[in-house]
Amino acid sequence: MIAFLQIEWLEEVGTQLRERFGEQVLAIEQAYDFPVIVVEKKAILEVLGFLKNDPSMGYTFLTTLCGMHMPEHKGQEFAIVYQLHNMQLNRRLRIKIFMSENDLNVPSATSLWPTANWMERQEYDFFGFNFVGHPDLRRILNMDEMNYHPMRKQYPLEDLGRHDKDDSMFGR
Amino acid sequence: MVDNQNILTPEKDYVTLNLGPTHPATHGIFQNILKMDGEIVVSAEPTIGYIHRAFEKLAEHRPYNQIAPITDRMNYCSAPINNMGWHMTVEKLIGCEVPKRAQYMRVIIMELARIADHIICDSVIGVDTGALSGFLYIFQERELIYEIFEEVCGARLTTNTGRIGGMERDFSPVAWAKLEKFVKEFPAKLKEFESLLVRNRIFMDRTINVGPISAEMALAYGFTGPNLRAAGVDYDVRVMNPYSSYEDFQFDIPVGTNGDTYDRFMVRLEEMWQSLSIIQQAMKNMPDGPIYADVPEFYLPPKEDVYSKMEALIYQFKIVMGEMDVPKGEVYHAVEGGNGELGFYLVSDGGRTPFRLHLRRPCFIYYQAYPEMIKGGMLSDAILTMSSMNVIAGELDA
Repeated sequence: MIAFLQIEWLEEVGTQLRERFGEQVLAIEQAYDFPVIVVEKKAILEVLGFLKNDPSMGYTFLTTLCGMHMPEHKGQEFAIVYQLHNMQLNRRLRIKIFMSENDLNVPSATSLWPTANWMERQEYDFFGFNFVGHPDLRRILNMDEMNYHPMRKQYPLEDLGRHDKDDSMFGR
Repeated sequence: MVDNQNILTPEKDYVTLNLGPTHPATHGIFQNILKMDGEIVVSAEPTIGYIHRAFEKLAEHRPYNQIAPITDRMNYCSAPINNMGWHMTVEKLIGCEVPKRAQYMRVIIMELARIADHIICDSVIGVDTGALSGFLYIFQERELIYEIFEEVCGARLTTNTGRIGGMERDFSPVAWAKLEKFVKEFPAKLKEFESLLVRNRIFMDRTINVGPISAEMALAYGFTGPNLRAAGVDYDVRVMNPYSSYEDFQFDIPVGTNGDTYDRFMVRLEEMWQSLSIIQQAMKNMPDGPIYADVPEFYLPPKEDVYSKMEALIYQFKIVMGEMDVPKGEVYHAVEGGNGELGFYLVSDGGRTPFRLHLRRPCFIYYQAYPEMIKGGMLSDAILTMSSMNVIAGELDA
Protein backbone atom coordinates (compact mmCIF):
# COMPACT_ATOMS: atom_id res chain seq x y z
CA MET A 1 0.00 0.00 0.00
CA ILE A 2 1.12 3.52 -0.76
CA ALA A 3 0.58 5.96 2.07
CA PHE A 4 -0.06 9.48 0.94
CA LEU A 5 1.64 12.21 2.90
CA GLN A 6 -0.39 14.90 4.57
CA ILE A 7 -0.29 18.05 2.49
CA GLU A 8 1.19 20.60 4.86
CA TRP A 9 0.28 23.70 2.84
CA LEU A 10 -3.41 22.77 2.73
CA GLU A 11 -4.04 24.23 6.17
CA GLU A 12 -2.43 27.52 5.19
CA VAL A 13 -4.57 27.83 2.05
CA GLY A 14 -7.63 26.76 4.03
CA THR A 15 -7.04 29.43 6.68
CA GLN A 16 -6.66 32.11 4.05
CA LEU A 17 -9.87 31.03 2.31
CA ARG A 18 -11.76 30.82 5.62
CA GLU A 19 -10.58 34.29 6.59
CA ARG A 20 -11.78 35.74 3.36
CA PHE A 21 -14.94 33.77 2.65
CA GLY A 22 -15.93 32.65 6.16
CA GLU A 23 -18.95 30.38 6.21
CA GLN A 24 -18.95 29.95 2.46
CA VAL A 25 -16.07 27.53 2.69
CA LEU A 26 -17.87 24.34 3.68
CA ALA A 27 -15.09 21.76 3.97
CA ILE A 28 -11.35 21.38 3.57
CA GLU A 29 -10.05 17.84 3.31
CA GLN A 30 -7.55 15.61 1.59
CA ALA A 31 -8.65 12.89 -0.81
CA TYR A 32 -5.72 10.58 -1.56
CA ASP A 33 -2.90 12.91 -2.61
CA PHE A 34 -5.19 15.75 -3.55
CA PRO A 35 -6.52 18.67 -1.48
CA VAL A 36 -10.28 19.20 -1.81
CA ILE A 37 -12.15 22.35 -0.86
CA VAL A 38 -15.95 22.47 -0.90
CA VAL A 39 -17.49 25.91 -1.24
CA GLU A 40 -20.96 27.41 -1.58
CA LYS A 41 -22.18 27.65 -5.14
CA LYS A 42 -22.89 31.36 -5.00
CA ALA A 43 -19.32 32.12 -3.94
CA ILE A 44 -17.59 29.97 -6.55
CA LEU A 45 -16.66 32.75 -8.94
CA GLU A 46 -15.14 34.87 -6.16
CA VAL A 47 -13.22 31.89 -4.78
CA LEU A 48 -11.86 30.97 -8.21
CA GLY A 49 -11.03 34.61 -8.92
CA PHE A 50 -9.24 34.93 -5.59
CA LEU A 51 -7.26 31.74 -6.15
CA LYS A 52 -6.29 32.84 -9.64
CA ASN A 53 -5.57 36.53 -9.18
CA ASP A 54 -4.34 36.94 -5.62
CA PRO A 55 -0.55 37.05 -5.58
CA SER A 56 -0.38 34.85 -2.49
CA MET A 57 -2.32 32.09 -4.29
CA GLY A 58 -1.31 31.90 -7.94
CA TYR A 59 -3.57 29.06 -9.06
CA THR A 60 -3.54 30.38 -12.59
CA PHE A 61 -4.13 27.21 -14.57
CA LEU A 62 -7.51 25.51 -14.93
CA THR A 63 -6.76 21.82 -15.39
CA THR A 64 -10.22 20.28 -15.48
CA LEU A 65 -13.81 21.26 -15.04
CA CYS A 66 -16.29 18.47 -14.79
CA GLY A 67 -19.81 17.82 -13.62
CA MET A 68 -21.24 14.96 -11.64
CA HIS A 69 -24.73 13.60 -11.03
CA MET A 70 -25.55 11.82 -7.78
CA PRO A 71 -29.28 11.06 -7.68
CA GLU A 72 -29.03 9.50 -4.19
CA HIS A 73 -27.50 12.64 -2.74
CA LYS A 74 -30.86 14.33 -2.04
CA GLY A 75 -30.87 18.10 -2.24
CA GLN A 76 -27.37 18.11 -3.72
CA GLU A 77 -27.85 15.98 -6.79
CA PHE A 78 -25.36 17.79 -8.99
CA ALA A 79 -21.79 18.81 -8.45
CA ILE A 80 -19.11 20.61 -10.41
CA VAL A 81 -15.46 19.88 -9.78
CA TYR A 82 -12.77 22.39 -10.72
CA GLN A 83 -9.12 21.43 -10.57
CA LEU A 84 -6.63 24.25 -10.44
CA HIS A 85 -2.87 24.15 -10.73
CA ASN A 86 -0.27 26.50 -9.36
CA MET A 87 2.51 25.70 -11.79
CA GLN A 88 5.20 27.68 -10.03
CA LEU A 89 4.89 25.85 -6.71
CA ASN A 90 3.42 22.73 -8.34
CA ARG A 91 0.37 22.69 -6.11
CA ARG A 92 -2.94 21.36 -7.27
CA LEU A 93 -6.31 22.12 -5.76
CA ARG A 94 -9.75 20.63 -6.26
CA ILE A 95 -12.74 22.91 -5.69
CA LYS A 96 -16.21 21.41 -5.48
CA ILE A 97 -19.65 22.92 -5.49
CA PHE A 98 -22.91 21.07 -4.94
CA MET A 99 -26.37 22.07 -6.06
CA SER A 100 -29.90 20.80 -6.15
CA GLU A 101 -31.44 19.54 -9.37
CA ASN A 102 -33.99 22.34 -9.20
CA ASP A 103 -31.37 25.03 -9.62
CA LEU A 104 -28.66 24.25 -12.13
CA ASN A 105 -27.56 27.84 -12.63
CA VAL A 106 -23.82 28.16 -12.14
CA PRO A 107 -21.74 31.28 -12.68
CA SER A 108 -19.52 30.77 -15.71
CA ALA A 109 -15.75 30.75 -15.30
CA THR A 110 -15.18 31.96 -18.85
CA SER A 111 -14.42 35.47 -17.57
CA LEU A 112 -11.41 34.04 -15.70
CA TRP A 113 -10.19 31.44 -18.20
CA PRO A 114 -11.08 31.35 -21.89
CA THR A 115 -10.44 27.61 -21.76
CA ALA A 116 -13.53 27.20 -19.56
CA ASN A 117 -15.60 27.89 -22.67
CA TRP A 118 -15.53 24.43 -24.19
CA MET A 119 -15.24 22.68 -20.83
CA GLU A 120 -18.49 24.30 -19.74
CA ARG A 121 -20.14 23.62 -23.05
CA GLN A 122 -19.25 19.95 -22.62
CA GLU A 123 -20.69 19.79 -19.11
CA TYR A 124 -23.82 21.61 -20.30
CA ASP A 125 -24.10 19.05 -23.06
CA PHE A 126 -23.64 16.11 -20.70
CA PHE A 127 -25.54 17.25 -17.60
CA GLY A 128 -27.54 20.35 -18.48
CA PHE A 129 -25.89 22.89 -16.19
CA ASN A 130 -26.86 26.43 -17.05
CA PHE A 131 -23.65 28.43 -16.96
CA VAL A 132 -24.76 32.01 -16.38
CA GLY A 133 -22.62 34.46 -18.32
CA HIS A 134 -21.29 31.93 -20.82
CA PRO A 135 -20.90 33.59 -24.23
CA ASP A 136 -22.04 30.65 -26.33
CA LEU A 137 -23.78 27.90 -24.38
CA ARG A 138 -24.55 25.29 -27.03
CA ARG A 139 -24.07 21.55 -27.21
CA ILE A 140 -20.58 20.61 -28.32
CA LEU A 141 -20.18 16.85 -28.71
CA ASN A 142 -23.77 15.69 -29.16
CA MET A 143 -26.07 16.89 -31.89
CA ASP A 144 -28.11 20.03 -31.37
CA GLU A 145 -31.43 18.19 -31.78
CA MET A 146 -30.83 16.00 -28.73
CA ASN A 147 -33.50 16.70 -26.11
CA TYR A 148 -31.88 15.28 -22.99
CA HIS A 149 -28.56 15.37 -21.18
CA PRO A 150 -27.12 11.89 -21.56
CA MET A 151 -24.62 11.72 -18.67
CA ARG A 152 -27.37 11.95 -16.06
CA LYS A 153 -27.73 8.72 -14.20
CA GLN A 154 -31.36 8.09 -15.16
CA TYR A 155 -30.42 7.47 -18.77
CA PRO A 156 -29.20 3.94 -19.45
CA LEU A 157 -26.31 3.31 -21.76
CA GLU A 158 -28.42 1.54 -24.34
CA ASP A 159 -32.00 1.72 -25.45
CA LEU A 160 -34.15 -0.07 -22.85
CA GLY A 161 -36.32 -1.44 -25.60
CA ARG A 162 -33.64 -3.87 -26.68
CA HIS A 163 -34.08 -7.45 -25.58
CA ASP A 164 -31.36 -9.04 -27.67
CA LYS A 165 -28.61 -7.97 -25.28
CA ASP A 166 -29.68 -9.28 -21.89
CA ASP A 167 -26.79 -8.97 -19.45
CA SER A 168 -28.84 -9.09 -16.27
CA MET A 169 -27.22 -12.30 -15.06
CA PHE A 170 -23.89 -10.60 -14.51
CA GLY A 171 -25.27 -7.37 -13.19
CA ARG A 172 -24.04 -4.99 -15.80
CA MET B 1 -41.77 46.51 -53.51
CA VAL B 2 -38.19 45.40 -53.56
CA ASP B 3 -36.09 46.60 -50.69
CA ASN B 4 -32.85 47.81 -52.16
CA GLN B 5 -31.47 49.03 -48.89
CA ASN B 6 -28.93 46.26 -48.56
CA ILE B 7 -27.60 46.67 -52.04
CA LEU B 8 -27.01 50.38 -51.58
CA THR B 9 -24.93 50.16 -48.40
CA PRO B 10 -21.47 49.06 -49.46
CA GLU B 11 -20.27 46.26 -47.20
CA LYS B 12 -17.13 44.28 -47.50
CA ASP B 13 -17.78 40.98 -49.18
CA TYR B 14 -16.57 37.93 -47.32
CA VAL B 15 -16.53 34.41 -48.64
CA THR B 16 -17.73 31.64 -46.37
CA LEU B 17 -15.62 28.56 -46.81
CA ASN B 18 -16.58 25.21 -45.38
CA LEU B 19 -13.39 23.33 -44.53
CA GLY B 20 -14.18 19.76 -43.64
CA PRO B 21 -15.57 17.65 -41.99
CA THR B 22 -13.76 15.21 -44.27
CA HIS B 23 -11.09 17.22 -45.96
CA PRO B 24 -7.84 15.43 -46.83
CA ALA B 25 -5.75 18.28 -45.47
CA THR B 26 -7.19 18.22 -41.97
CA HIS B 27 -6.07 14.66 -41.10
CA GLY B 28 -9.21 13.70 -39.26
CA ILE B 29 -12.80 14.73 -38.96
CA PHE B 30 -12.72 18.44 -38.21
CA GLN B 31 -15.11 20.99 -39.59
CA ASN B 32 -14.30 24.67 -39.69
CA ILE B 33 -16.51 27.31 -41.18
CA LEU B 34 -14.10 29.99 -42.24
CA LYS B 35 -14.92 33.55 -43.15
CA MET B 36 -12.42 34.55 -45.80
CA ASP B 37 -11.28 37.91 -47.10
CA GLY B 38 -9.52 36.77 -50.23
CA GLU B 39 -7.01 34.31 -48.89
CA ILE B 40 -6.96 35.75 -45.38
CA VAL B 41 -8.93 34.03 -42.63
CA VAL B 42 -11.15 36.57 -40.87
CA SER B 43 -12.80 34.21 -38.44
CA ALA B 44 -13.29 30.51 -37.95
CA GLU B 45 -15.90 28.45 -36.23
CA PRO B 46 -14.96 24.87 -35.45
CA THR B 47 -17.58 22.19 -35.09
CA ILE B 48 -16.52 19.05 -33.26
CA GLY B 49 -18.14 15.85 -32.10
CA TYR B 50 -18.29 13.93 -35.37
CA ILE B 51 -16.84 10.80 -33.81
CA HIS B 52 -18.14 11.25 -30.28
CA ARG B 53 -18.50 7.80 -28.72
CA ALA B 54 -19.50 8.80 -25.17
CA PHE B 55 -16.46 7.28 -23.48
CA GLU B 56 -17.29 8.87 -20.14
CA LYS B 57 -20.76 7.30 -20.16
CA LEU B 58 -19.40 4.01 -21.48
CA ALA B 59 -16.87 3.87 -18.64
CA GLU B 60 -19.65 4.10 -16.05
CA HIS B 61 -20.97 0.78 -17.31
CA ARG B 62 -17.78 -1.23 -17.51
CA PRO B 63 -15.57 -2.98 -14.97
CA TYR B 64 -12.24 -1.32 -14.38
CA ASN B 65 -10.11 -3.66 -16.47
CA GLN B 66 -12.45 -3.32 -19.45
CA ILE B 67 -11.93 0.44 -19.65
CA ALA B 68 -8.33 0.15 -20.87
CA PRO B 69 -9.41 -0.71 -24.44
CA ILE B 70 -11.58 2.42 -24.46
CA THR B 71 -8.58 4.57 -23.68
CA ASP B 72 -6.81 3.12 -26.74
CA ARG B 73 -9.32 4.87 -28.93
CA MET B 74 -8.60 8.34 -27.60
CA ASN B 75 -5.19 9.35 -28.87
CA TYR B 76 -4.67 6.36 -31.10
CA CYS B 77 -1.26 7.62 -32.24
CA SER B 78 0.14 6.91 -28.76
CA ALA B 79 -2.31 4.42 -27.32
CA PRO B 80 0.10 2.81 -24.78
CA ILE B 81 0.43 6.12 -22.89
CA ASN B 82 -3.34 6.22 -22.47
CA ASN B 83 -3.40 2.58 -21.31
CA MET B 84 -0.68 3.15 -18.74
CA GLY B 85 -2.34 6.35 -17.56
CA TRP B 86 -5.52 4.44 -16.87
CA HIS B 87 -3.76 1.57 -15.11
CA MET B 88 -1.86 4.01 -12.92
CA THR B 89 -5.08 5.80 -12.01
CA VAL B 90 -6.66 2.56 -10.81
CA GLU B 91 -3.44 1.59 -9.04
CA LYS B 92 -3.53 4.88 -7.17
CA LEU B 93 -7.14 4.22 -6.18
CA ILE B 94 -6.50 0.71 -4.89
CA GLY B 95 -3.15 1.66 -3.36
CA CYS B 96 -0.95 -0.71 -5.30
CA GLU B 97 2.75 -0.22 -5.86
CA VAL B 98 4.04 -1.63 -9.11
CA PRO B 99 7.46 -3.36 -9.09
CA LYS B 100 10.39 -1.40 -10.51
CA ARG B 101 10.86 -3.70 -13.48
CA ALA B 102 7.28 -3.20 -14.64
CA GLN B 103 7.66 0.55 -14.18
CA TYR B 104 10.77 0.59 -16.37
CA MET B 105 9.04 -1.55 -18.98
CA ARG B 106 6.17 0.91 -18.95
CA VAL B 107 8.57 3.79 -19.43
CA ILE B 108 10.11 2.09 -22.47
CA ILE B 109 6.69 1.47 -24.02
CA MET B 110 5.47 4.97 -23.26
CA GLU B 111 8.55 6.63 -24.70
CA LEU B 112 8.32 4.50 -27.85
CA ALA B 113 4.72 5.63 -28.16
CA ARG B 114 5.77 9.24 -27.72
CA ILE B 115 8.32 8.88 -30.51
CA ALA B 116 5.67 7.31 -32.76
CA ASP B 117 3.25 10.13 -31.94
CA HIS B 118 5.81 12.85 -32.63
CA ILE B 119 6.93 11.14 -35.84
CA ILE B 120 3.38 11.36 -37.16
CA CYS B 121 2.93 14.98 -36.17
CA ASP B 122 6.31 16.25 -37.35
CA SER B 123 6.30 14.41 -40.64
CA VAL B 124 2.78 15.59 -41.38
CA ILE B 125 3.87 19.17 -40.80
CA GLY B 126 6.43 18.45 -43.49
CA VAL B 127 3.78 17.04 -45.82
CA ASP B 128 1.57 20.08 -45.37
CA THR B 129 4.43 22.34 -46.41
CA GLY B 130 4.91 20.20 -49.50
CA ALA B 131 7.87 18.08 -48.35
CA LEU B 132 6.70 14.52 -48.78
CA SER B 133 10.04 12.75 -48.70
CA GLY B 134 10.73 13.28 -44.98
CA PHE B 135 7.39 11.72 -44.22
CA LEU B 136 8.13 8.71 -46.38
CA TYR B 137 11.54 8.10 -44.83
CA ILE B 138 10.64 8.53 -41.18
CA PHE B 139 7.41 6.54 -41.36
CA GLN B 140 9.51 3.43 -41.75
CA GLU B 141 10.66 3.99 -38.16
CA ARG B 142 7.11 4.24 -36.91
CA GLU B 143 6.50 0.90 -38.51
CA LEU B 144 9.42 -0.54 -36.55
CA ILE B 145 8.00 0.84 -33.30
CA TYR B 146 4.69 -0.82 -34.09
CA GLU B 147 6.53 -4.06 -34.68
CA ILE B 148 7.97 -3.80 -31.17
CA PHE B 149 4.47 -3.20 -29.81
CA GLU B 150 3.26 -6.21 -31.73
CA GLU B 151 5.97 -8.30 -30.15
CA VAL B 152 5.21 -6.98 -26.67
CA CYS B 153 1.43 -7.14 -26.61
CA GLY B 154 0.21 -8.56 -29.91
CA ALA B 155 -1.40 -5.43 -31.26
CA ARG B 156 -0.08 -2.50 -33.23
CA LEU B 157 -2.31 0.53 -33.03
CA THR B 158 -4.88 -0.06 -30.27
CA THR B 159 -2.49 -1.84 -27.99
CA ASN B 160 -4.38 -2.40 -24.72
CA THR B 161 -1.02 -3.13 -23.13
CA GLY B 162 -0.19 -3.34 -19.45
CA ARG B 163 -2.56 -4.49 -16.77
CA ILE B 164 -3.75 -3.06 -13.48
CA GLY B 165 -0.85 -3.98 -11.23
CA GLY B 166 1.93 -4.37 -13.77
CA MET B 167 2.60 -5.69 -17.25
CA GLU B 168 0.83 -8.65 -18.78
CA ARG B 169 4.05 -10.42 -19.79
CA ASP B 170 7.77 -9.84 -19.87
CA PHE B 171 9.45 -8.65 -23.06
CA SER B 172 10.34 -11.64 -25.19
CA PRO B 173 13.90 -12.09 -26.51
CA VAL B 174 12.61 -11.11 -29.96
CA ALA B 175 11.16 -7.93 -28.49
CA TRP B 176 14.50 -7.11 -26.86
CA ALA B 177 16.31 -7.75 -30.12
CA LYS B 178 13.92 -5.51 -32.03
CA LEU B 179 14.20 -2.83 -29.37
CA GLU B 180 17.99 -2.91 -29.47
CA LYS B 181 17.99 -2.76 -33.25
CA PHE B 182 15.61 0.18 -33.19
CA VAL B 183 17.63 2.11 -30.62
CA LYS B 184 20.78 1.52 -32.65
CA GLU B 185 19.38 2.53 -36.03
CA PHE B 186 16.90 5.24 -35.15
CA PRO B 187 19.40 8.11 -34.52
CA ALA B 188 20.69 7.99 -38.09
CA LYS B 189 17.17 8.03 -39.49
CA LEU B 190 16.07 10.87 -37.25
CA LYS B 191 19.21 12.79 -38.20
CA GLU B 192 18.32 12.31 -41.85
CA PHE B 193 14.79 13.58 -41.22
CA GLU B 194 16.17 16.56 -39.33
CA SER B 195 18.55 17.48 -42.10
CA LEU B 196 15.70 17.39 -44.62
CA LEU B 197 13.63 19.99 -42.81
CA VAL B 198 15.24 21.89 -39.95
CA ARG B 199 17.36 24.35 -41.95
CA ASN B 200 15.35 24.01 -45.14
CA ARG B 201 14.66 27.52 -46.42
CA ILE B 202 11.22 26.72 -47.82
CA PHE B 203 10.20 24.88 -44.67
CA MET B 204 11.40 27.71 -42.44
CA ASP B 205 9.59 30.33 -44.51
CA ARG B 206 6.41 28.32 -44.37
CA THR B 207 6.47 27.65 -40.62
CA ILE B 208 8.20 30.51 -38.78
CA ASN B 209 5.61 32.95 -37.38
CA VAL B 210 2.76 30.79 -38.57
CA GLY B 211 -0.01 30.24 -36.03
CA PRO B 212 1.88 31.73 -33.08
CA ILE B 213 0.52 31.85 -29.55
CA SER B 214 2.02 33.67 -26.57
CA ALA B 215 2.77 31.93 -23.31
CA GLU B 216 0.04 33.88 -21.47
CA MET B 217 -2.58 32.97 -24.04
CA ALA B 218 -1.43 29.36 -24.11
CA LEU B 219 -1.82 29.08 -20.34
CA ALA B 220 -5.19 30.84 -20.41
CA TYR B 221 -6.37 28.40 -23.05
CA GLY B 222 -5.20 25.41 -21.03
CA PHE B 223 -2.41 24.33 -23.38
CA THR B 224 -0.20 21.51 -22.18
CA GLY B 225 2.43 19.31 -23.72
CA PRO B 226 4.65 20.25 -26.66
CA ASN B 227 2.35 23.11 -27.70
CA LEU B 228 2.74 24.82 -24.33
CA ARG B 229 6.47 24.15 -24.24
CA ALA B 230 6.83 25.66 -27.71
CA ALA B 231 5.36 28.86 -26.27
CA GLY B 232 8.13 28.85 -23.66
CA VAL B 233 6.59 27.31 -20.53
CA ASP B 234 8.60 24.37 -19.22
CA TYR B 235 5.68 22.36 -17.90
CA ASP B 236 5.98 18.61 -18.24
CA VAL B 237 4.01 16.18 -16.08
CA ARG B 238 6.91 13.73 -16.15
CA VAL B 239 8.99 16.25 -14.21
CA MET B 240 6.35 18.05 -12.16
CA ASN B 241 4.52 14.96 -10.90
CA PRO B 242 6.77 12.02 -11.73
CA TYR B 243 5.00 8.72 -12.20
CA SER B 244 6.28 5.28 -13.12
CA SER B 245 9.86 6.06 -11.96
CA TYR B 246 10.43 8.99 -14.30
CA GLU B 247 12.41 10.57 -11.47
CA ASP B 248 15.13 7.94 -12.10
CA PHE B 249 15.90 9.22 -15.57
CA GLN B 250 17.96 12.11 -16.78
CA PHE B 251 16.35 14.07 -19.56
CA ASP B 252 15.87 17.63 -20.76
CA ILE B 253 12.64 19.45 -21.43
CA PRO B 254 12.97 21.43 -24.67
CA VAL B 255 11.17 24.76 -24.79
CA GLY B 256 10.52 27.15 -27.66
CA THR B 257 10.24 30.92 -27.68
CA ASN B 258 7.61 32.05 -30.17
CA GLY B 259 5.01 29.32 -29.91
CA ASP B 260 4.73 29.15 -33.69
CA THR B 261 4.58 26.14 -35.96
CA TYR B 262 8.35 25.94 -36.31
CA ASP B 263 8.82 25.91 -32.54
CA ARG B 264 6.21 23.21 -32.11
CA PHE B 265 8.00 21.19 -34.76
CA MET B 266 11.38 21.69 -33.10
CA VAL B 267 10.13 20.90 -29.59
CA ARG B 268 8.73 17.59 -30.82
CA LEU B 269 11.91 16.82 -32.67
CA GLU B 270 14.03 17.37 -29.58
CA GLU B 271 11.60 15.38 -27.46
CA MET B 272 12.19 12.41 -29.73
CA TRP B 273 15.92 12.59 -28.95
CA GLN B 274 15.14 12.86 -25.24
CA SER B 275 12.72 9.92 -25.42
CA LEU B 276 15.39 7.88 -27.13
CA SER B 277 17.80 8.70 -24.33
CA ILE B 278 15.20 7.68 -21.72
CA ILE B 279 14.68 4.37 -23.51
CA GLN B 280 18.44 3.74 -23.54
CA GLN B 281 18.71 4.53 -19.82
CA ALA B 282 15.77 2.26 -19.01
CA MET B 283 17.25 -0.57 -21.05
CA LYS B 284 20.63 -0.16 -19.41
CA ASN B 285 19.31 0.01 -15.84
CA MET B 286 16.46 -2.46 -16.25
CA PRO B 287 16.02 -4.03 -12.80
CA ASP B 288 15.25 -7.69 -12.30
CA GLY B 289 12.26 -8.89 -10.40
CA PRO B 290 8.57 -9.50 -10.84
CA ILE B 291 6.59 -7.70 -13.50
CA TYR B 292 3.38 -7.39 -11.53
CA ALA B 293 2.34 -6.45 -8.03
CA ASP B 294 0.60 -8.76 -5.62
CA VAL B 295 -2.96 -7.69 -6.37
CA PRO B 296 -4.76 -10.97 -7.11
CA GLU B 297 -8.16 -9.24 -7.26
CA PHE B 298 -7.02 -7.27 -10.28
CA TYR B 299 -4.18 -9.07 -11.99
CA LEU B 300 -5.14 -12.20 -13.93
CA PRO B 301 -3.40 -15.28 -12.47
CA PRO B 302 -1.09 -17.42 -14.63
CA LYS B 303 -3.02 -19.87 -16.78
CA GLU B 304 -1.47 -23.01 -15.26
CA ASP B 305 -2.60 -21.85 -11.78
CA VAL B 306 -6.13 -21.32 -13.06
CA TYR B 307 -6.25 -24.96 -14.14
CA SER B 308 -4.76 -26.33 -10.95
CA LYS B 309 -5.55 -23.99 -8.03
CA MET B 310 -8.88 -23.03 -6.57
CA GLU B 311 -8.01 -19.43 -5.57
CA ALA B 312 -6.57 -18.65 -8.95
CA LEU B 313 -9.68 -20.02 -10.61
CA ILE B 314 -11.93 -17.87 -8.41
CA TYR B 315 -9.88 -14.75 -9.08
CA GLN B 316 -9.81 -15.46 -12.81
CA PHE B 317 -13.59 -15.77 -12.83
CA LYS B 318 -14.11 -12.65 -10.73
CA ILE B 319 -11.79 -10.51 -12.85
CA VAL B 320 -13.24 -11.68 -16.14
CA MET B 321 -16.79 -11.15 -14.91
CA GLY B 322 -15.82 -7.74 -13.55
CA GLU B 323 -16.52 -8.46 -9.88
CA MET B 324 -13.56 -6.76 -8.27
CA ASP B 325 -13.84 -4.95 -4.96
CA VAL B 326 -12.72 -1.39 -5.40
CA PRO B 327 -12.46 1.03 -2.49
CA LYS B 328 -14.49 4.21 -2.38
CA GLY B 329 -12.61 7.33 -3.25
CA GLU B 330 -11.70 9.85 -5.87
CA VAL B 331 -8.34 10.18 -7.55
CA TYR B 332 -6.81 12.29 -10.26
CA HIS B 333 -3.85 11.00 -12.14
CA ALA B 334 -2.17 12.73 -15.03
CA VAL B 335 0.40 11.46 -17.49
CA GLU B 336 2.32 13.32 -20.16
CA GLY B 337 0.51 12.12 -23.25
CA GLY B 338 1.63 12.59 -26.83
CA ASN B 339 0.05 16.02 -26.95
CA GLY B 340 -0.29 17.16 -23.38
CA GLU B 341 -1.47 16.41 -19.89
CA LEU B 342 -3.79 13.44 -20.16
CA GLY B 343 -5.73 13.30 -16.91
CA PHE B 344 -8.12 10.78 -15.46
CA TYR B 345 -10.45 11.98 -12.73
CA LEU B 346 -11.97 8.84 -11.31
CA VAL B 347 -14.72 8.69 -8.69
CA SER B 348 -15.53 5.31 -7.22
CA ASP B 349 -18.49 4.58 -4.97
CA GLY B 350 -17.30 1.08 -4.23
CA GLY B 351 -19.24 -0.43 -7.10
CA ARG B 352 -17.97 -2.61 -9.90
CA THR B 353 -17.81 0.24 -12.35
CA PRO B 354 -16.55 3.78 -11.88
CA PHE B 355 -19.19 6.16 -10.58
CA ARG B 356 -17.76 8.90 -12.75
CA LEU B 357 -14.74 9.07 -14.99
CA HIS B 358 -13.76 12.40 -16.41
CA LEU B 359 -11.10 12.37 -19.08
CA ARG B 360 -8.92 15.43 -19.42
CA ARG B 361 -8.21 15.22 -23.10
CA PRO B 362 -5.49 17.72 -23.97
CA CYS B 363 -6.57 18.39 -27.54
CA PHE B 364 -10.17 19.01 -26.61
CA ILE B 365 -8.96 21.75 -24.33
CA TYR B 366 -6.45 23.44 -26.59
CA TYR B 367 -8.26 23.08 -29.90
CA GLN B 368 -10.59 25.89 -28.86
CA ALA B 369 -7.73 28.33 -29.34
CA TYR B 370 -7.51 27.36 -33.01
CA PRO B 371 -9.70 30.24 -34.36
CA GLU B 372 -7.60 32.65 -32.33
CA MET B 373 -4.37 31.27 -33.76
CA ILE B 374 -5.31 31.32 -37.44
CA LYS B 375 -7.04 34.70 -37.45
CA GLY B 376 -5.38 37.03 -39.93
CA GLY B 377 -3.31 34.30 -41.53
CA MET B 378 -3.59 32.59 -44.87
CA LEU B 379 -5.75 29.55 -45.51
CA SER B 380 -2.71 27.38 -46.20
CA ASP B 381 -1.24 28.48 -42.87
CA ALA B 382 -4.46 27.50 -41.13
CA ILE B 383 -3.98 23.94 -42.42
CA LEU B 384 -0.40 23.94 -41.23
CA THR B 385 -1.34 25.30 -37.80
CA MET B 386 -3.85 22.54 -37.33
CA SER B 387 -1.40 19.79 -38.16
CA SER B 388 1.26 21.34 -35.92
CA MET B 389 -1.15 21.40 -32.97
CA ASN B 390 -1.41 17.61 -33.21
CA VAL B 391 -5.16 17.48 -32.76
CA ILE B 392 -6.29 13.86 -32.84
CA ALA B 393 -9.96 13.41 -33.70
CA GLY B 394 -10.38 10.39 -31.45
CA GLU B 395 -9.18 12.28 -28.42
CA LEU B 396 -10.94 15.51 -29.32
CA ASP B 397 -14.36 13.90 -29.48
CA ALA B 398 -13.81 11.04 -27.01
